Amino acid sequence: MRNFLAALRMVLQGNRFYYAWLGLLLALIALGIIAYLRQLEAGLIVTAMRDPVSWGFYISNFTFLVGVAAAAVLLVVPAYIYNFKPIKEIVLFGELLAVAAMVMCMLFVIVDMGHVDRLAHLLPVIGTMNFPSSLLAWDILALSGYLLINLFISFYALYKMAHSRDYSLSIIKPLIILSIPWAVSIHTVTAFLYNGLSSRPFWNASILAPRFLASAFCSGPAVMILIFQIVRRVSRIDIDNKALFKIAELIAYAMGINLFLFAAEFFKEFYSGSVHLAPMQYLYFGLHGHSPLVPWMWTAFLFNLCAFLIFLNPRSRQNFLTLNLACVLVIIGVYIEKGMGLVIPGFVPSTLGEIYDYSPSWVEKGVTVGIWALGALIYTLLLKFAMPVYTGALRFYAKD
Amino acid sequence: MSTTRDPHDTISRRSFLKLAGLGSLAIPAGSADASIWEAFFRKSFREMNRDEVGAMLERLERRYAEEHGYQLAVKVTGPLPGVKYGYGLDLSRCVGCRRCVYGCVQENNQSRDPQLHWITVLRFAKGEKWVNDLERADAYYHAEAVPEDGYFYMPVQCQHCEDSPCEKACPTKATWREPDGIVVIDYDWCIGCRFCMAACPYGARRFNWGEPGLPAAELNPDTHYLGNRPRPKGVVEKCSFCIQRVRENPGRYPACVEICPVGARKFGNLLDPASEIRYCIDNKRVFRLKEDLNTNPKFFYFFAT
Ligand code: SF4
Ligand code: SF4
Repeated sequence: MRNFLAALRMVLQGNRFYYAWLGLLLALIALGIIAYLRQLEAGLIVTAMRDPVSWGFYISNFTFLVGVAAAAVLLVVPAYIYNFKPIKEIVLFGELLAVAAMVMCMLFVIVDMGHVDRLAHLLPVIGTMNFPSSLLAWDILALSGYLLINLFISFYALYKMAHSRDYSLSIIKPLIILSIPWAVSIHTVTAFLYNGLSSRPFWNASILAPRFLASAFCSGPAVMILIFQIVRRVSRIDIDNKALFKIAELIAYAMGINLFLFAAEFFKEFYSGSVHLAPMQYLYFGLHGHSPLVPWMWTAFLFNLCAFLIFLNPRSRQNFLTLNLACVLVIIGVYIEKGMGLVIPGFVPSTLGEIYDYSPSWVEKGVTVGIWALGALIYTLLLKFAMPVYTGALRFYAKD
Repeated sequence: MSTTRDPHDTISRRSFLKLAGLGSLAIPAGSADASIWEAFFRKSFREMNRDEVGAMLERLERRYAEEHGYQLAVKVTGPLPGVKYGYGLDLSRCVGCRRCVYGCVQENNQSRDPQLHWITVLRFAKGEKWVNDLERADAYYHAEAVPEDGYFYMPVQCQHCEDSPCEKACPTKATWREPDGIVVIDYDWCIGCRFCMAACPYGARRFNWGEPGLPAAELNPDTHYLGNRPRPKGVVEKCSFCIQRVRENPGRYPACVEICPVGARKFGNLLDPASEIRYCIDNKRVFRLKEDLNTNPKFFYFFAT
């Protein structure tokens, strides 16, 4: 109890900026709740989704965040390969980020449901889960398993640290190792969710899952680079520049692969010119005069390309100004590409050839902002707790 | 909507319940009794025994009466033995009048406002390549009179696929194929995730984005649990081959077959060699939509002339 209060005090104390930040997040969350109540009352009709485009902004955000969660942990791999010291930070902060991102993912699925009160029907045993046939059932298991693993690792490590005890590597190491393929799997299963639908040619391409992973490996680490710099500034945790630059180098490779896969897809569609070209055309050039996503997609492409060049060049990737710029570009680029740029063309043109121009309604934007704010709040609080534990400023007293 | 209660009462009550953490449980005012909890903790339709089904139907009918003022009977007629339904559509006869669309709306208690249709009638320009390139079809033509010169029409509805992508996709088994080949949805089990809509290659599934507007005066009171009973908002629905009609003994035609003024629509038992549908399959050149997807529809198109 005393320990809990100590932790609470730690989390609630901060300087003016900290309070302003919390206040802002709380206000945005309130906005999200208001928007969501409105949606509960009236139904999903307050969104811009309709029968031809039956998934929209919520599922787009979900898809992007699965990538962030996966990549945050995948950073463990290069950390092992290059064997650099700051691995502990990477694992811990990556895992906490994964926790926050997973919570957001689940919320995005929940707000997209027509009947939240029937959520239990989805669960194994209590409901009637359509396992193994439905990929959505797989996704639920994969995502919740991933959340549990990350919660366990990070809290176990923090608990031990807070009691000034060493955590036993024999417990945590297998879990960390397990979390790596699991991270790959959550993103792959999410890709398969789309990939398995033969009725949607844009998604039904074998290149989808690899492209998912490649782009996740760009955006997730970019988020981490920015977070590490903030952590470094507000706490006494010292993160080596070399670590950041190494991650930046990795992003360069991942982005290279991502761009290559993109080119492969582009070639296949446009050179063969079959009817399956339509969604791609809709995205990049407009179809029958409908072109709401065209400027977005070219922006994403340019951002990704610029970021790639910045990350590739050692001089620009080791300069914090250009490095941070590139991180922001990558995050935006992938957010567009793996969000709306992935979900919408699956539906446009629809299976009966209809073209419905979707763009999210105010309610959808409000709910989305609310969920992002909640995710940011969770991560902020987790960090606020984890950082002093990590540096040794916060210690619990064992009961005995 | 002709409800007897003051709508404001419902709204505030509902908002209150929501804030109390109950989510969007559509709890009708004035009946917040044990039956709601029974409904909440019920099993899925296919796992219920006869008593449980009976209790559920009674609950359902009472709720319809209280909440909407609908006096209706909900039945659960099971599949007839030795029957597998098949549907035929003669493209050379269809004139694009869409009587079937509105006949279906009436028979199956579809929402009038917002409008919701289970049948889409596509219009193609003659001589265009088609079938694979549905993009060139028009689902919203505004003709003064049909048929129009230079066009032909193709109605599309649920094809009752034997290997149905929708059934495979549904995470809760809220949709499945019955022994007589009808693909059904349990509207009280569907969570509204719309994965089935992404999976269906025929755009057959429709979602209740808002509260369905179905005036009690326009209700068809003869309903089936898996078919035309009024649906709540937030669930997916679609054509059930008029399960409430075809499973009668002797069976009746689906409403769209009955209403089609040019007789373009055929229906029957695929297992009966003397049936109309078998005659079409044996004597006409039939084809099915999107054969390459291996969904194996029970819906056959043909040109009779
Ligand atoms: S047409 Fe669509 S809804 Fe009907 S059975 Fe096939 S996949 Fe399912
Ligand atoms: S919307 Fe309903 S029927 Fe469709 S997949 Fe989800 S739960 Fe199943």
